[in-house]
Amino acid sequence: MSRQVIAHSPSGSPPGNSRAWLHRFRGLATATPLASLAVAAAALAAWQFLPPLFGVPKYIIPQLSDLWTEGVQMWQDDNLLLHFFSTASMAILGFILGSLLGAVFGYALGLLPSWEKVLSPYILALQIAPKVAFAPLFILWFGYNFLPKLVTTVLVVFFPILVNVLQAMRVLDRDLINLARAYNMSKAKIFWKIMVPYSMPNLMAGLRIGATLAVIGVTVGELVGGETGLGYLISFGQGQADTPMVFDAIILLTVIGIVMYWVVTVIEARVLHYLPRATERPQSA
Amino acid sequence: MSASCDALKVEKVARRFAGRRLGAPEFTAVHDLTFHVADSEFVSIVGPSGCGKSTVLNLVAGLDRPTEGTVSLNGTEVSGPSSNVGFMLQKDMLLPWRTVLENVEFGLEARELSKAERRERAMRELKRCRIVEFADRYPYQISGGQRQRVALARTLAINPNFILLDEPFSALDAQTKLILQKSFAQTIAGSKLTTLLITHDLAEAVAMSDRILVMSQSPGRIVEEIDVQLPDRENPIERMASPRASELVGHLFRALHMEDRLDA
Repeated sequence: MSRQVIAHSPSGSPPGNSRAWLHRFRGLATATPLASLAVAAAALAAWQFLPPLFGVPKYIIPQLSDLWTEGVQMWQDDNLLLHFFSTASMAILGFILGSLLGAVFGYALGLLPSWEKVLSPYILALQIAPKVAFAPLFILWFGYNFLPKLVTTVLVVFFPILVNVLQAMRVLDRDLINLARAYNMSKAKIFWKIMVPYSMPNLMAGLRIGATLAVIGVTVGELVGGETGLGYLISFGQGQADTPMVFDAIILLTVIGIVMYWVVTVIEARVLHYLPRATERPQSA
Repeated sequence: MSASCDALKVEKVARRFAGRRLGAPEFTAVHDLTFHVADSEFVSIVGPSGCGKSTVLNLVAGLDRPTEGTVSLNGTEVSGPSSNVGFMLQKDMLLPWRTVLENVEFGLEARELSKAERRERAMRELKRCRIVEFADRYPYQISGGQRQRVALARTLAINPNFILLDEPFSALDAQTKLILQKSFAQTIAGSKLTTLLITHDLAEAVAMSDRILVMSQSPGRIVEEIDVQLPDRENPIERMASPRASELVGHLFRALHMEDRLDA
Protein backbone atom coordinates (compact mmCIF):
# COMPACT_ATOMS: atom_id res chain seq x y z
CA MET A 1 0.00 0.00 0.00
CA SER A 2 2.57 2.53 1.06
CA ARG A 3 4.87 1.42 -1.74
CA GLN A 4 2.25 2.20 -4.38
CA VAL A 5 1.88 5.75 -3.18
CA ILE A 6 5.63 6.28 -3.20
CA ALA A 7 5.75 4.96 -6.77
CA HIS A 8 3.13 7.52 -7.82
CA SER A 9 4.94 10.50 -6.40
CA PRO A 10 7.67 12.04 -8.50
CA SER A 11 10.77 10.04 -7.68
CA GLY A 12 13.73 11.76 -6.12
CA SER A 13 11.95 15.07 -5.46
CA PRO A 14 11.79 16.34 -1.87
CA PRO A 15 7.95 16.14 -1.64
CA GLY A 16 8.16 12.46 -2.63
CA ASN A 17 10.65 11.85 0.14
CA SER A 18 8.62 13.63 2.73
CA ARG A 19 5.56 11.65 1.68
CA ALA A 20 7.45 8.39 2.07
CA TRP A 21 8.52 9.54 5.49
CA LEU A 22 4.90 10.38 6.32
CA HIS A 23 3.90 6.87 5.33
CA ARG A 24 6.49 5.27 7.50
CA PHE A 25 5.13 7.43 10.28
CA ARG A 26 1.56 6.27 9.58
CA GLY A 27 2.72 2.67 9.58
CA LEU A 28 4.05 3.38 13.04
CA ALA A 29 0.65 4.72 14.03
CA THR A 30 -1.07 1.46 13.10
CA ALA A 31 1.59 -0.43 15.06
CA THR A 32 0.76 1.53 18.22
CA PRO A 33 -2.22 -0.61 19.32
CA LEU A 34 -0.12 -3.72 18.84
CA ALA A 35 2.64 -2.25 20.98
CA SER A 36 0.08 -1.35 23.66
CA LEU A 37 -1.16 -4.93 23.66
CA ALA A 38 2.38 -6.20 23.96
CA VAL A 39 2.98 -3.94 26.96
CA ALA A 40 -0.20 -5.27 28.58
CA ALA A 41 0.81 -8.88 27.96
CA ALA A 42 4.29 -8.28 29.38
CA ALA A 43 2.89 -6.54 32.48
CA LEU A 44 0.37 -9.31 33.10
CA ALA A 45 3.03 -11.99 32.66
CA ALA A 46 5.32 -10.14 35.08
CA TRP A 47 2.46 -9.92 37.57
CA GLN A 48 1.87 -13.66 37.31
CA PHE A 49 5.48 -14.87 37.50
CA LEU A 50 7.62 -12.25 39.24
CA PRO A 51 6.11 -12.13 42.78
CA PRO A 52 6.87 -15.81 43.62
CA LEU A 53 10.29 -15.42 42.00
CA PHE A 54 11.18 -12.58 44.39
CA GLY A 55 9.45 -14.23 47.30
CA VAL A 56 6.76 -11.55 47.68
CA PRO A 57 4.06 -12.94 50.00
CA LYS A 58 0.54 -13.39 48.56
CA TYR A 59 -1.02 -10.90 50.97
CA ILE A 60 1.24 -8.18 49.57
CA ILE A 61 0.99 -8.90 45.86
CA PRO A 62 -1.11 -11.89 44.87
CA GLN A 63 -0.50 -13.61 41.53
CA LEU A 64 -2.78 -12.91 38.61
CA SER A 65 -4.25 -16.39 38.86
CA ASP A 66 -5.10 -15.74 42.52
CA LEU A 67 -7.23 -12.81 41.42
CA TRP A 68 -9.14 -15.10 39.12
CA THR A 69 -9.65 -17.77 41.79
CA GLU A 70 -10.74 -15.17 44.30
CA GLY A 71 -13.08 -13.62 41.74
CA VAL A 72 -14.80 -16.95 41.11
CA GLN A 73 -15.13 -17.53 44.85
CA MET A 74 -16.56 -14.03 45.40
CA TRP A 75 -19.06 -14.71 42.65
CA GLN A 76 -20.12 -17.99 44.28
CA ASP A 77 -20.02 -17.17 48.00
CA ASP A 78 -20.00 -13.41 48.49
CA ASN A 79 -22.77 -12.25 46.17
CA LEU A 80 -20.30 -10.34 43.98
CA LEU A 81 -22.99 -9.58 41.41
CA LEU A 82 -25.10 -7.80 44.03
CA HIS A 83 -22.13 -5.70 45.19
CA PHE A 84 -21.17 -4.90 41.63
CA PHE A 85 -24.65 -3.78 40.64
CA SER A 86 -25.13 -1.83 43.84
CA THR A 87 -21.97 0.17 43.15
CA ALA A 88 -22.64 0.54 39.43
CA SER A 89 -26.23 1.70 39.92
CA MET A 90 -25.26 4.18 42.63
CA ALA A 91 -22.43 5.56 40.48
CA ILE A 92 -24.78 5.97 37.52
CA LEU A 93 -27.66 7.40 39.56
CA GLY A 94 -25.32 9.77 41.41
CA PHE A 95 -23.75 10.82 38.13
CA ILE A 96 -27.12 11.57 36.55
CA LEU A 97 -28.45 13.46 39.58
CA GLY A 98 -25.20 15.36 40.09
CA SER A 99 -25.05 16.31 36.42
CA LEU A 100 -28.64 17.51 36.37
CA LEU A 101 -28.18 19.58 39.51
CA GLY A 102 -24.84 20.94 38.32
CA ALA A 103 -26.29 21.92 34.94
CA VAL A 104 -29.40 23.52 36.47
CA PHE A 105 -27.34 25.56 38.93
CA GLY A 106 -24.80 26.42 36.24
CA TYR A 107 -27.45 27.82 33.91
CA ALA A 108 -29.31 29.54 36.74
CA LEU A 109 -26.18 31.33 37.98
CA GLY A 110 -25.23 32.11 34.39
CA LEU A 111 -28.60 33.82 33.92
CA LEU A 112 -28.34 35.68 37.23
CA PRO A 113 -24.90 37.34 37.24
CA SER A 114 -25.61 39.28 40.45
CA TRP A 115 -26.29 36.02 42.31
CA GLU A 116 -23.21 34.52 40.78
CA LYS A 117 -21.09 37.39 42.10
CA VAL A 118 -22.52 36.95 45.60
CA LEU A 119 -22.06 33.20 45.62
CA SER A 120 -18.80 32.80 43.70
CA PRO A 121 -16.46 32.81 46.75
CA TYR A 122 -18.47 30.00 48.33
CA ILE A 123 -18.64 28.08 45.11
CA LEU A 124 -14.87 28.35 44.87
CA ALA A 125 -14.42 27.24 48.48
CA LEU A 126 -16.72 24.24 48.01
CA GLN A 127 -15.00 23.41 44.76
CA ILE A 128 -11.64 23.29 46.51
CA ALA A 129 -12.92 21.42 49.59
CA PRO A 130 -12.34 17.67 49.24
CA LYS A 131 -15.93 16.53 48.73
CA VAL A 132 -15.24 12.91 49.62
CA ALA A 133 -14.26 14.05 53.13
CA PHE A 134 -17.94 14.81 53.69
CA ALA A 135 -18.81 11.10 53.43
CA PRO A 136 -18.49 10.34 57.19
CA LEU A 137 -20.71 13.33 57.87
CA PHE A 138 -23.38 11.95 55.58
CA ILE A 139 -23.28 8.65 57.48
CA LEU A 140 -23.93 10.56 60.68
CA TRP A 141 -26.82 12.31 59.01
CA PHE A 142 -28.41 9.57 56.94
CA GLY A 143 -27.28 6.36 58.63
CA TYR A 144 -25.84 3.17 57.19
CA ASN A 145 -27.81 2.91 53.96
CA PHE A 146 -27.45 3.84 50.32
CA LEU A 147 -27.94 7.58 50.90
CA PRO A 148 -24.46 8.60 52.12
CA LYS A 149 -22.73 7.16 49.09
CA LEU A 150 -25.34 8.56 46.72
CA VAL A 151 -25.07 12.03 48.23
CA THR A 152 -21.24 11.86 48.15
CA THR A 153 -21.36 10.91 44.46
CA VAL A 154 -23.84 13.67 43.63
CA LEU A 155 -21.67 16.23 45.41
CA VAL A 156 -18.48 15.10 43.68
CA VAL A 157 -20.11 15.18 40.23
CA PHE A 158 -21.97 18.45 40.82
CA PHE A 159 -19.06 20.90 40.85
CA PRO A 160 -17.13 20.22 37.66
CA ILE A 161 -20.39 20.41 35.72
CA LEU A 162 -21.55 23.56 37.47
CA VAL A 163 -18.21 25.26 36.88
CA ASN A 164 -18.00 24.24 33.24
CA VAL A 165 -21.53 25.36 32.38
CA LEU A 166 -21.03 28.62 34.25
CA GLN A 167 -17.81 29.25 32.35
CA ALA A 168 -19.61 28.88 29.01
CA MET A 169 -22.34 31.27 30.15
CA ARG A 170 -19.69 33.80 31.18
CA VAL A 171 -17.83 33.83 27.88
CA LEU A 172 -21.00 33.74 25.75
CA ASP A 173 -20.67 36.19 22.85
CA ARG A 174 -22.93 39.16 23.67
CA ASP A 175 -23.33 39.88 19.97
CA LEU A 176 -25.11 36.55 19.56
CA ILE A 177 -27.63 37.62 22.17
CA ASN A 178 -27.99 40.99 20.44
CA LEU A 179 -28.57 39.23 17.15
CA ALA A 180 -31.37 37.18 18.67
CA ARG A 181 -32.80 40.28 20.32
CA ALA A 182 -32.74 42.12 17.02
CA TYR A 183 -34.89 39.30 15.66
CA ASN A 184 -37.37 39.95 18.49
CA MET A 185 -36.66 36.58 20.02
CA SER A 186 -38.10 35.92 23.48
CA LYS A 187 -35.79 35.35 26.45
CA ALA A 188 -36.86 31.71 26.69
CA LYS A 189 -36.05 31.16 23.03
CA ILE A 190 -32.68 32.89 23.43
CA PHE A 191 -31.91 30.52 26.28
CA TRP A 192 -32.85 27.35 24.42
CA LYS A 193 -31.64 28.33 20.97
CA ILE A 194 -28.38 30.11 21.87
CA MET A 195 -27.24 29.63 25.45
CA VAL A 196 -27.88 25.90 25.76
CA PRO A 197 -26.30 24.84 22.45
CA TYR A 198 -23.44 27.30 23.00
CA SER A 199 -22.62 25.68 26.36
CA MET A 200 -22.73 22.10 25.03
CA PRO A 201 -18.95 21.66 24.55
CA ASN A 202 -18.39 22.81 28.13
CA LEU A 203 -21.22 20.69 29.49
CA MET A 204 -19.79 17.63 27.76
CA ALA A 205 -16.31 18.35 29.15
CA GLY A 206 -17.87 18.59 32.61
CA LEU A 207 -19.72 15.32 32.12
CA ARG A 208 -16.49 13.59 31.16
CA ILE A 209 -14.81 14.70 34.36
CA GLY A 210 -17.97 13.86 36.30
CA ALA A 211 -18.08 10.32 34.93
CA THR A 212 -14.64 9.54 36.30
CA LEU A 213 -15.32 11.28 39.62
CA ALA A 214 -18.62 9.43 40.16
CA VAL A 215 -16.76 6.16 40.75
CA ILE A 216 -14.48 7.86 43.28
CA GLY A 217 -17.46 9.31 45.12
CA VAL A 218 -19.33 6.05 45.36
CA THR A 219 -16.20 4.14 46.42
CA VAL A 220 -15.41 6.52 49.26
CA GLY A 221 -19.04 6.44 50.34
CA GLU A 222 -18.86 2.65 50.53
CA LEU A 223 -15.45 2.59 52.18
CA VAL A 224 -16.53 4.66 55.14
CA GLY A 225 -19.72 2.78 55.85
CA GLY A 226 -22.29 0.36 54.53
CA GLU A 227 -22.55 -3.31 53.87
CA THR A 228 -22.86 -3.44 50.12
CA GLY A 229 -20.82 -2.43 47.14
CA LEU A 230 -17.32 -2.87 45.83
CA GLY A 231 -15.99 -0.23 48.22
CA TYR A 232 -17.34 -2.29 51.09
CA LEU A 233 -15.59 -5.38 49.64
CA ILE A 234 -12.33 -3.42 49.60
CA SER A 235 -12.63 -2.54 53.26
CA PHE A 236 -13.82 -6.07 54.11
CA GLY A 237 -10.96 -7.63 52.14
CA GLN A 238 -8.49 -5.36 53.91
CA GLY A 239 -9.80 -6.52 57.30
CA GLN A 240 -9.35 -10.16 56.26
CA ALA A 241 -5.94 -9.50 54.68
CA ASP A 242 -7.62 -10.83 51.53
CA THR A 243 -5.49 -8.89 49.05
CA PRO A 244 -6.90 -10.59 45.92
CA MET A 245 -10.39 -9.41 46.93
CA VAL A 246 -9.14 -5.82 47.17
CA PHE A 247 -7.51 -6.07 43.76
CA ASP A 248 -10.63 -7.60 42.19
CA ALA A 249 -12.84 -4.86 43.60
CA ILE A 250 -10.46 -2.17 42.29
CA ILE A 251 -10.49 -3.75 38.84
CA LEU A 252 -14.29 -3.87 38.76
CA LEU A 253 -14.53 -0.26 39.92
CA THR A 254 -12.22 0.73 37.09
CA VAL A 255 -14.41 -1.17 34.65
CA ILE A 256 -17.48 0.76 35.82
CA GLY A 257 -15.59 4.04 35.42
CA ILE A 258 -14.34 3.15 31.95
CA VAL A 259 -17.82 2.16 30.75
CA MET A 260 -19.34 5.38 32.09
CA TYR A 261 -16.61 7.48 30.51
CA TRP A 262 -17.04 5.65 27.22
CA VAL A 263 -20.81 6.23 27.20
CA VAL A 264 -20.21 9.95 27.77
CA THR A 265 -17.73 10.15 24.89
CA VAL A 266 -20.21 8.37 22.59
CA ILE A 267 -22.92 10.88 23.55
CA GLU A 268 -20.42 13.71 23.15
CA ALA A 269 -19.49 12.61 19.63
CA ARG A 270 -23.19 12.66 18.71
CA VAL A 271 -24.01 15.98 20.37
CA LEU A 272 -20.91 17.84 19.15
CA HIS A 273 -20.91 16.41 15.64
CA TYR A 274 -20.82 19.95 14.22
CA LEU A 275 -17.36 20.71 15.58
CA PRO A 276 -14.49 20.32 13.14
CA ARG A 277 -12.24 17.46 14.03
CA ALA A 278 -8.52 18.13 14.09
CA THR A 279 -8.00 16.02 10.98
CA GLU A 280 -10.71 17.72 8.96
CA ARG A 281 -9.96 20.91 7.06
CA PRO A 282 -12.57 23.41 5.93
CA GLN A 283 -13.29 22.82 2.27
CA SER A 284 -12.65 25.78 0.07
CA ALA A 285 -14.86 26.07 -2.97
CA MET B 1 -36.28 64.11 -1.79
CA SER B 2 -39.40 64.97 0.19
CA ALA B 3 -39.56 64.08 3.85
CA SER B 4 -42.46 61.70 3.29
CA CYS B 5 -40.27 59.10 1.53
CA ASP B 6 -37.70 59.01 4.32
CA ALA B 7 -37.35 55.47 5.54
CA LEU B 8 -35.04 56.48 8.37
CA LYS B 9 -34.93 59.77 10.19
CA VAL B 10 -32.33 60.53 12.84
CA GLU B 11 -33.06 63.90 14.44
CA LYS B 12 -30.70 65.69 16.81
CA VAL B 13 -29.68 62.48 18.46
CA ALA B 14 -27.21 62.33 21.33
CA ARG B 15 -26.16 59.23 23.19
CA ARG B 16 -24.17 59.49 26.39
CA PHE B 17 -22.90 56.63 28.49
CA ALA B 18 -22.31 56.70 32.22
CA GLY B 19 -18.66 56.72 33.28
CA ARG B 20 -17.01 53.41 34.02
CA ARG B 21 -16.53 54.27 37.68
CA LEU B 22 -18.77 56.20 40.01
CA GLY B 23 -18.12 59.90 39.56
CA ALA B 24 -16.25 59.47 36.28
CA PRO B 25 -17.39 61.88 33.56
CA GLU B 26 -20.02 60.75 31.07
CA PHE B 27 -18.84 59.55 27.70
CA THR B 28 -20.59 61.13 24.73
CA ALA B 29 -20.58 58.72 21.78
CA VAL B 30 -22.65 60.80 19.36
CA HIS B 31 -23.86 64.35 19.61
CA ASP B 32 -26.30 66.44 17.57
CA LEU B 33 -26.57 63.71 14.98
CA THR B 34 -29.06 64.36 12.20
CA PHE B 35 -29.46 62.50 8.93
CA HIS B 36 -32.14 60.94 6.73
CA VAL B 37 -32.19 57.91 4.51
CA ALA B 38 -34.77 57.85 1.72
CA ASP B 39 -36.74 54.82 0.68
CA SER B 40 -34.65 52.35 -1.42
CA GLU B 41 -31.60 54.50 -0.92
CA PHE B 42 -28.15 53.10 -0.14
CA VAL B 43 -26.33 55.33 2.34
CA SER B 44 -22.88 54.77 3.80
CA ILE B 45 -21.44 56.24 6.95
CA VAL B 46 -17.68 56.64 7.11
CA GLY B 47 -15.61 58.04 9.90
CA PRO B 48 -12.52 57.57 12.03
CA SER B 49 -12.50 54.64 14.41
CA GLY B 50 -14.26 55.35 17.67
CA CYS B 51 -16.55 57.98 16.14
CA GLY B 52 -19.69 56.24 17.35
CA LYS B 53 -20.60 54.31 14.18
CA SER B 54 -21.62 51.26 16.16
CA THR B 55 -23.73 53.42 18.47
CA VAL B 56 -25.62 54.63 15.42
CA LEU B 57 -26.20 51.05 14.38
CA ASN B 58 -27.50 50.01 17.78
CA LEU B 59 -29.81 53.02 17.92
CA VAL B 60 -31.31 52.29 14.52
CA ALA B 61 -31.60 48.57 15.25
CA GLY B 62 -33.52 49.35 18.41
CA LEU B 63 -30.96 47.67 20.67
CA ASP B 64 -30.21 50.99 22.35
CA ARG B 65 -32.17 54.20 23.02
CA PRO B 66 -30.93 57.75 22.40
CA THR B 67 -30.34 60.03 25.39
CA GLU B 68 -31.71 62.94 23.37
CA GLY B 69 -33.50 63.28 20.04
CA THR B 70 -35.46 60.73 18.05
CA VAL B 71 -34.81 57.87 15.66
CA SER B 72 -37.78 56.94 13.50
CA LEU B 73 -38.31 54.32 10.83
CA ASN B 74 -41.09 54.86 8.29
CA GLY B 75 -42.54 57.58 10.47
CA THR B 76 -42.67 55.65 13.75
CA GLU B 77 -40.22 56.18 16.54
CA VAL B 78 -37.89 53.27 17.23
CA SER B 79 -38.58 51.87 20.69
CA GLY B 80 -37.16 48.37 20.36
CA PRO B 81 -36.01 45.82 17.81
CA SER B 82 -38.24 45.83 14.75
CA SER B 83 -39.00 42.93 12.47
CA ASN B 84 -38.65 45.27 9.50
CA VAL B 85 -34.97 45.84 10.18
CA GLY B 86 -32.27 43.33 9.40
CA PHE B 87 -28.74 43.77 10.59
CA MET B 88 -25.44 42.24 9.80
CA LEU B 89 -22.02 42.61 11.39
CA GLN B 90 -18.40 42.08 10.47
CA LYS B 91 -18.57 38.76 12.28
CA ASP B 92 -20.93 36.45 10.45
CA MET B 93 -22.31 35.18 13.77
CA LEU B 94 -23.48 31.91 12.29
CA LEU B 95 -24.39 29.35 14.91
CA PRO B 96 -21.85 26.54 14.56
CA TRP B 97 -24.32 23.87 15.67
CA ARG B 98 -26.72 24.66 12.84
CA THR B 99 -26.43 23.90 9.15
CA VAL B 100 -26.43 26.76 6.66
CA LEU B 101 -30.14 26.26 6.04
CA GLU B 102 -30.96 26.15 9.75
CA ASN B 103 -28.92 29.30 10.30
CA VAL B 104 -30.97 31.14 7.69
CA GLU B 105 -34.13 29.90 9.42
CA PHE B 106 -32.94 31.28 12.76
CA GLY B 107 -34.42 34.76 12.42
CA LEU B 108 -37.76 33.29 11.34
CA GLU B 109 -38.03 31.19 14.47
CA ALA B 110 -39.09 34.22 16.49
CA ARG B 111 -42.26 34.26 14.41
CA GLU B 112 -45.34 32.13 14.13
CA LEU B 113 -44.49 30.27 10.97
CA SER B 114 -44.88 26.62 10.10
CA LYS B 115 -41.71 24.59 9.68
CA ALA B 116 -42.43 24.10 5.98
CA GLU B 117 -42.95 27.82 5.48
CA ARG B 118 -39.68 28.62 7.27
CA ARG B 119 -37.81 26.12 5.17
CA GLU B 120 -39.28 27.46 1.97
CA ARG B 121 -38.37 31.05 2.77
CA ALA B 122 -34.85 30.07 3.85
CA MET B 123 -34.30 28.15 0.63
CA ARG B 124 -35.53 31.13 -1.38
CA GLU B 125 -32.98 33.39 0.33
CA LEU B 126 -30.18 30.90 -0.16
CA LYS B 127 -30.99 30.90 -3.87
CA ARG B 128 -31.08 34.68 -3.96
CA CYS B 129 -27.68 34.87 -2.26
CA ARG B 130 -26.30 32.11 -4.54
CA ILE B 131 -25.27 29.64 -1.85
CA VAL B 132 -28.07 27.11 -2.14
CA GLU B 133 -25.61 24.28 -2.81
CA PHE B 134 -24.21 24.63 0.72
CA ALA B 135 -27.57 24.36 2.48
CA ASP B 136 -26.67 21.22 4.39
CA ARG B 137 -23.10 22.15 5.29
CA TYR B 138 -22.02 23.34 8.70
CA PRO B 139 -20.41 26.80 9.03
CA TYR B 140 -16.92 25.38 9.58
CA GLN B 141 -17.16 23.59 6.24
CA ILE B 142 -17.51 26.75 4.14
CA SER B 143 -15.23 29.73 3.42
CA GLY B 144 -15.37 33.19 5.00
CA GLY B 145 -17.01 34.74 1.95
CA GLN B 146 -19.63 32.01 1.81
CA ARG B 147 -20.32 32.46 5.49
CA GLN B 148 -20.97 36.16 4.94
CA ARG B 149 -23.39 35.28 2.15
CA VAL B 150 -25.22 33.01 4.55
CA ALA B 151 -25.36 35.85 7.05
CA LEU B 152 -26.92 38.08 4.37
CA ALA B 153 -29.43 35.36 3.51
CA ARG B 154 -30.33 35.13 7.19
CA THR B 155 -30.74 38.92 7.33
CA LEU B 156 -32.96 38.97 4.24
CA ALA B 157 -35.04 35.96 5.28
CA ILE B 158 -37.09 38.00 7.73
CA ASN B 159 -38.13 40.15 4.76
CA PRO B 160 -36.87 43.47 6.10
CA ASN B 161 -37.43 46.70 4.25
CA PHE B 162 -34.39 48.23 5.88
CA ILE B 163 -30.97 46.66 6.41
CA LEU B 164 -28.05 47.78 8.50
CA LEU B 165 -24.61 46.56 7.48
CA ASP B 166 -21.76 47.08 9.93
CA GLU B 167 -18.51 46.53 8.05
CA PRO B 168 -19.71 43.24 6.61
CA PHE B 169 -16.73 42.88 4.25
CA SER B 170 -13.87 44.01 6.44
CA ALA B 171 -12.82 40.54 7.61
CA LEU B 172 -12.50 39.21 4.07
CA ASP B 173 -9.51 39.02 1.74
CA ALA B 174 -9.32 41.62 -1.04
CA GLN B 175 -10.62 39.40 -3.84
CA THR B 176 -13.48 37.85 -1.91
CA LYS B 177 -14.40 41.33 -0.79
CA LEU B 178 -14.82 42.60 -4.37
CA ILE B 179 -16.86 39.58 -5.42
CA LEU B 180 -19.06 39.79 -2.36
CA GLN B 181 -19.57 43.55 -2.70
CA LYS B 182 -20.84 42.96 -6.21
CA SER B 183 -23.03 40.10 -5.11
CA PHE B 184 -24.51 42.11 -2.22
CA ALA B 185 -25.02 45.15 -4.47
CA GLN B 186 -27.00 43.07 -6.97
CA THR B 187 -29.13 41.42 -4.32
CA ILE B 188 -29.87 44.74 -2.60
CA ALA B 189 -30.64 46.60 -5.83
CA GLY B 190 -32.82 43.70 -6.99
CA SER B 191 -35.01 43.85 -3.89
CA LYS B 192 -35.08 47.67 -3.60
CA LEU B 193 -33.93 47.54 0.01
CA THR B 194 -33.13 50.64 1.97
CA THR B 195 -29.59 50.18 3.25
CA LEU B 196 -27.34 51.84 5.77
CA LEU B 197 -23.74 50.68 5.48
CA ILE B 198 -21.22 51.50 8.16
CA THR B 199 -17.67 51.16 6.90
CA HIS B 200 -14.15 52.45 7.23
CA ASP B 201 -13.31 51.46 3.68
CA LEU B 202 -13.66 54.66 1.62
CA ALA B 203 -13.54 52.89 -1.75
CA GLU B 204 -16.28 50.55 -0.58
CA ALA B 205 -18.47 53.50 0.38
CA VAL B 206 -18.00 55.09 -3.04
CA ALA B 207 -18.46 51.83 -4.91
CA MET B 208 -21.71 50.84 -3.25
CA SER B 209 -23.71 53.84 -2.13
CA ASP B 210 -25.95 56.62 -3.41
CA ARG B 211 -24.91 58.96 -0.65
CA ILE B 212 -22.02 59.07 1.84
CA LEU B 213 -22.15 60.65 5.28
CA VAL B 214 -18.86 61.56 6.90
CA MET B 215 -18.76 61.45 10.67
CA SER B 216 -16.40 63.43 12.87
CA GLN B 217 -14.16 62.29 15.68
CA SER B 218 -15.88 61.52 18.96
CA PRO B 219 -18.41 62.82 19.84
CA GLY B 220 -19.60 61.83 16.41
CA ARG B 221 -21.82 63.94 14.18
CA ILE B 222 -22.22 64.33 10.44
CA VAL B 223 -19.67 66.80 9.08
CA GLU B 224 -20.10 66.22 5.39
CA GLU B 225 -22.56 64.70 2.97
CA ILE B 226 -21.53 63.50 -0.46
CA ASP B 227 -23.89 62.68 -3.28
CA VAL B 228 -22.12 59.95 -5.20
CA GLN B 229 -23.99 60.44 -8.51
CA LEU B 230 -22.47 57.47 -10.27
CA PRO B 231 -24.30 54.94 -12.43
CA ASP B 232 -24.18 51.13 -11.97
CA ARG B 233 -24.97 50.85 -8.29
CA GLU B 234 -25.46 47.12 -8.78
CA ASN B 235 -21.94 46.73 -10.17
CA PRO B 236 -19.35 48.23 -7.80
CA ILE B 237 -16.39 46.90 -9.75
CA GLU B 238 -17.53 48.72 -12.92
CA ARG B 239 -18.25 51.79 -10.87
CA MET B 240 -14.77 52.00 -9.41
CA ALA B 241 -13.30 52.20 -12.93
CA SER B 242 -14.76 55.69 -13.48
CA PRO B 243 -12.52 58.72 -12.83
CA ARG B 244 -15.15 60.34 -10.60
CA ALA B 245 -14.96 57.36 -8.24
CA SER B 246 -11.26 57.83 -7.53
CA GLU B 247 -11.83 61.56 -7.25
CA LEU B 248 -14.44 60.93 -4.56
CA VAL B 249 -12.20 58.52 -2.68
CA GLY B 250 -9.47 61.15 -2.71
CA HIS B 251 -11.90 63.75 -1.47
CA LEU B 252 -13.04 61.49 1.39
CA PHE B 253 -9.47 60.74 2.25
CA ARG B 254 -8.79 64.44 2.70
CA ALA B 255 -12.10 65.04 4.47
CA LEU B 256 -11.06 62.57 7.15
CA HIS B 257 -7.61 64.19 7.44
CA MET B 258 -6.02 60.83 7.01
CA GLU B 259 -2.71 62.22 5.81
CA ASP B 260 -2.23 64.08 9.11
CA ARG B 261 -3.06 61.19 11.32
CA LEU B 262 -0.55 58.72 12.68
CA ASP B 263 -2.78 57.05 15.25
CA ALA B 264 -5.30 54.47 14.18
